[in-house]
Amino acid sequence: MSNPTYLIVGATLPTGERADLLVQDARLTHVGRDASGESSSDAIRIDADGLVALPGLVDLHTHLREPGFEQSETVLSGTRAAAAGGFTSVFPMANTLPVSDTAGVVEQVMTLGDDAGYATVRPIGAVTVGLAGERLSEIGAMAHSKARVRVFSDDGKCVHDSLLMRRALEYVKTFDGVVAQHAQDPRLTENAQMNEGALSSELGLKGWPAVAEESVIARDVLLAEHVGARLHVCHVSTAGSVEVIRWAKSRGIVVTAEATPHHLLLTEDLARSYDARYKVNPPLRRDEDVRALREGLADGTIDIIATDHAPHPRESKESEWDAASFGMVGLESALSVAQTALVDTGLLTWNDIARVLSRTPAEIGRLADHSHSFEPGSPANFALHDPSTSTTFELDRLAGKSDNSPFLGRTLSGRVEHTFHHGYPTVSAGRVLASDTVAASAARWKAGITS
Amino acid sequence: MRHLLSTKNLSRDEALQILDVAEDMAAVNEREVRKLPALRGKTIVNLFFEDSTRTRISFEAAAKRLSADVINFSAKGSSVSKGESLKDTAQTLAAMGADGVVIRHHASGAPQVLAESDWIDAPIVNAGDGTHEHPTQALLDAFTIRRRLFGSTSRGRDLAGVSVVIVGDILHSRVARSNLWLLETLGAAVTFVAPATLIPFGAEAANWPAAISYDLDGTLRETRPDVVMMLRIQSERMNAAFFPNAREYAREWGLDDARLAALGPDTMVMHPGPMNRGLEISAAAADSPRSTVLEQVANGVSVRMAVLYLLVSGQAGEGKANA
Amino acid sequence: MARTVLSQADISRALTRISHEILESNRGAAGLVILGVPTRGVFLARRIAEIIQRIEPGAPASLVGALDATMYRDDLARNVTRTPQPTDIPAGGVDGKTVVLVDDVLYSGRTIRAALDALSDIGRPRVVRLAVLVDRGHRELPIRADFVGKNLPTSTDERINVRLGEVDEVEEVSIEGPRVFHDGYDEGSDEPDGGTR
Repeated sequence: MSNPTYLIVGATLPTGERADLLVQDARLTHVGRDASGESSSDAIRIDADGLVALPGLVDLHTHLREPGFEQSETVLSGTRAAAAGGFTSVFPMANTLPVSDTAGVVEQVMTLGDDAGYATVRPIGAVTVGLAGERLSEIGAMAHSKARVRVFSDDGKCVHDSLLMRRALEYVKTFDGVVAQHAQDPRLTENAQMNEGALSSELGLKGWPAVAEESVIARDVLLAEHVGARLHVCHVSTAGSVEVIRWAKSRGIVVTAEATPHHLLLTEDLARSYDARYKVNPPLRRDEDVRALREGLADGTIDIIATDHAPHPRESKESEWDAASFGMVGLESALSVAQTALVDTGLLTWNDIARVLSRTPAEIGRLADHSHSFEPGSPANFALHDPSTSTTFELDRLAGKSDNSPFLGRTLSGRVEHTFHHGYPTVSAGRVLASDTVAASAARWKAGITS
Repeated sequence: MRHLLSTKNLSRDEALQILDVAEDMAAVNEREVRKLPALRGKTIVNLFFEDSTRTRISFEAAAKRLSADVINFSAKGSSVSKGESLKDTAQTLAAMGADGVVIRHHASGAPQVLAESDWIDAPIVNAGDGTHEHPTQALLDAFTIRRRLFGSTSRGRDLAGVSVVIVGDILHSRVARSNLWLLETLGAAVTFVAPATLIPFGAEAANWPAAISYDLDGTLRETRPDVVMMLRIQSERMNAAFFPNAREYAREWGLDDARLAALGPDTMVMHPGPMNRGLEISAAAADSPRSTVLEQVANGVSVRMAVLYLLVSGQAGEGKANA
Repeated sequence: MARTVLSQADISRALTRISHEILESNRGAAGLVILGVPTRGVFLARRIAEIIQRIEPGAPASLVGALDATMYRDDLARNVTRTPQPTDIPAGGVDGKTVVLVDDVLYSGRTIRAALDALSDIGRPRVVRLAVLVDRGHRELPIRADFVGKNLPTSTDERINVRLGEVDEVEEVSIEGPRVFHDGYDEGSDEPDGGTR
């Protein structure tokens, strides 16, 4: 038995055209005016009048916390959160326990994702064993595993040893992979708590200088140029970093960069409350940094938006600032933040959003068979987003295990109404579907492709 | 005033109210029966996550002279260091019926987190948080300056036109921060003197209400200050490359005998204690008649009595003792 | 609707009489200390001291002071925070002295109870007397005045307003009729900083 056929009526494509979408056997079998003539009468109709159809969003930087930290998030709960945000693929980071530095762990994580069915899970492998920054992990084994790992990162920690970084860039190149660097000079940021500036001085919170990020990015782009490898820079947060990357691209260095939704909307002033929901690595920066990141996305210096979705249990945030964990959940809010910060402000079009949240992250991550166009025959991974709403972001929008969102109580534009993964719905009419329903759809899809 | 978390948000009227009530408390401290029944039946908890015997006993004396019961909760070496959270501790104190919490914490902002939480309802007094603020120290410093300058006519007066030079580890000093904001509110002119490594990052660019200088001799010569406040230098700073060694620090930024001799006859020498004699301050400077060190200790009790009285004696809510 | 019960001249005459009565009962001004209870009691105490110094040339130069009882009140926790007023004891202290406490209105007696406690923490007078401008009755404690400007029987829902030249625009004592609204605040207890009781 295969999944039902869906007829999406009157959606607005990223290019602005209106089209009907016919979803059959995990593919878009018809795209265009009046697809209803093509469909059998038992197709489930979805009225998409006023909704923007976006290719399924791809998050190149997610923390799913499993294995090891299941009180914060699991592959199941984290991919539910992803679906709620319109994502159909996520790249979970390697800082699990055990660390995702072997083929066994990455295959396990991928399988958990396949079984849950909410999104395609493509694990990121650790660059160094145990993220310790000393010896390369089994990059080849992970690349050749069922998980086909192409992105390697010690995220949370910086590969700060210059020689080791050089070797990692070269070795990963062997497997058409990319090193995603968390750029943070460890000595300049010992015990650092928030952006270094007059505000950190006033609040007595240890400063996190912009140069600690910028100097590592500068070194890395030069290394990447020297060895002819590609480099991806995680969560760029400062105007200076944007400048360095712009310069590197102008020299033809193969570097890509991401910005998080929170760095595109929030500033360091929120630390005044000492509310640890606003504690994140890298820290929230100044208004001028936010503006530089937005402009970087608009002119292509910054290639993608990635969430750095970092769930933490309440006890990790209900404490004094210094003791609290770094990180924010971001999957569920990412598209609304992107609309608020970039579309509503006229900096990006919906076509640009499709590029920075779907097409380019899929390319960087070498995500095979990802549809980023609405061509007939392409895989049916897409989201239907209602851009007309402007509402307070409340707890009910969160679908993962943790609620450490900095956006709670803020007014954000738009919300995801439907998400389709492999041609079956994971979110319907604004509600994430039950996990057994989705798992059953996923099983039917899998049976369909193996039969 | 519901809590005392910082001097940054203290209005001039609020600051003067505390200083004036402290004058009444000082009068009590000078008489035979040094006790008031104002907080009879109230419980004050001294919640110290960081050692500070001086500050703790000063608050303890203040609470006891107001007839409050005092519970000392030293969280160092107790369950707190074994992972009990600020939240659990606060809820425990609330369940015990604390009417006021005096908190010293190694993390900046911890008193504010406590005040804004729903874990405990009692007024919170910041007794020093990380490198953020130490508001009662600044209030007792201002009180000491005012009494030295104006004596029995101190009541109701601010510190307009008073020149204060604060010397030393400004970067890590909650005392310097609290003093800066309070002295500004009271109309005094503040100069920070320190090596560039010990000046808070961005303070110059952000126009903090302080002149900033690296040159102690030049500053003393040019400003002819009414007050020179020396801050404690902690030995661990030397190991973190803030300056080369004690000798060089003392030579450049210590209040030695020669600099003491060059001060005006009425210039006050202040130090929040404990002092490193021979490092930031010479023995002669610490013991000279210009030194206010012991007055600061005595005044600390009066100021903390005033703060506890104003925060804890009445009902919560907006009173004429104001927000 | 306020009705004047003591004019400026009446107040002046009452204070002169009280001053004479104090001197008479103390057989002169020797060992006398006059302490006003803030706010308006302090002004009345100063006026009484001036009169005494005028009619008794041998009266001590530092005769008058202020005794704040705020922090001895029994209703601190029931009200919003009260700011204390300065206490000012004359140079010779109060030990062995005849202390006359002066207040504007005697009502429940709770302020005077607090003042007696405050006084005993300062020293041990030989004898303590009480002088008030108006006694309006309704005592809640076993306290009575030794020197009274005017006895003014009132109902508890009336208010007595004392206005003095030192702090008010006019000088008079007036009585205000039953209030329509019950504000629940000063009923049955003395208002701390005078004026209206």
